[in-house]
Amino acid sequence: MAKKREIQEINASSMADISFLLLIFFLVTTSMATDKGLMRRLPAPVPEEEKKEEEVEINERNMMMILINSNDQLMVNNELMDVRDLKEKAKEFIANPNNSETLPAKKVENIPFFGDIAITKDHVISLQNDRGTSYQAYINVQNELVAAYNELQNDLAKNKFGAAFEDLDDDRKKAIQKVYPQRISEAEPKNYGQQQAAAEGGAQ
Amino acid sequence: MAKFRKDGGKKLPAVSTASLPDIIFMLLFFFMTTTSMKEVTLMVDQKMPQGTELKKLEKKSLVRYVYIGKPKAQFQKSYGSESRIQLDDAFANDPKMVESYIATKRAAMNEDDQPFMIVSLKVDKDTKMGIVTDVKQALRKAQALNISYTATQRANSNY
Repeated sequence: MAKKREIQEINASSMADISFLLLIFFLVTTSMATDKGLMRRLPAPVPEEEKKEEEVEINERNMMMILINSNDQLMVNNELMDVRDLKEKAKEFIANPNNSETLPAKKVENIPFFGDIAITKDHVISLQNDRGTSYQAYINVQNELVAAYNELQNDLAKNKFGAAFEDLDDDRKKAIQKVYPQRISEAEPKNYGQQQAAAEGGAQ
Repeated sequence: MAKFRKDGGKKLPAVSTASLPDIIFMLLFFFMTTTSMKEVTLMVDQKMPQGTELKKLEKKSLVRYVYIGKPKAQFQKSYGSESRIQLDDAFANDPKMVESYIATKRAAMNEDDQPFMIVSLKVDKDTKMGIVTDVKQALRKAQALNISYTATQRANSNY
């Protein structure tokens, strides 16, 4: 009887090289998913014919005017301000903890979990920037405003439910969002900076 | 005299590399799952602004991108150094082009997903707000109201 021939093993030593090649290919062509951003919602477009009626009368105490000029300077309610102080100012404005006469009026609302609670329902933070404002300055301001809302919501969540806002269920989150509704409105930007530059250019 | 080992004596067995492909494959799968293909070739400079209140964009399939920034060095000859908008792999000459771009992208999406489309604005931090505002107005007109200003996380809250 013939000697049974052993089946030769397939040489797998090149397998490592092949998979290395694949690995390197994927490393080069892909990127880690690190896309983070400031989530905002734009207001719905206003039809052309209704544009003139857009100007709604807002009581002065309910309004926080934030202007950013083309040099990235900040003006809040006609006062020059540093971006670092904006969050505290915004928090005070949104919550109106001492029921001040100059800060937004409080109205009693019935909200689940909270019952009747006085909230600054009609406050508006109005943000206006120049066409020459840098993007980073704009993001800084947006970031501070969102931070102000987030901190207020978080504080409330901790006081009322003893947990961070993110850990609450949807109903409780909604209730808290009702207590501090986000009301940031953006006006059409002005073009002072460029006009000025054009005037200076003309003078030269 | 000490004995020297004879040549051709006992050899150390070779280290088995049979498991090497498996290890590499594991690495490969790890990278395949955690990363995603590059969407486009960037033609504009992108240095993201910094922020602290950022949220992760969870569902990539819902996100469409608009890039704004100064053209990269090799494009500056033909396109100038003013900030420009990049949609997919081409420059847009007019912010109004964003409107039709979004409309096409939305039409290509699954119908159930369309209302949840998010437009991620990837804007260089030194861009002037003028062009960003034009794009935002175009997005409003295109009814793409969910937007995200892409930024990188800042470790502390100092400026």
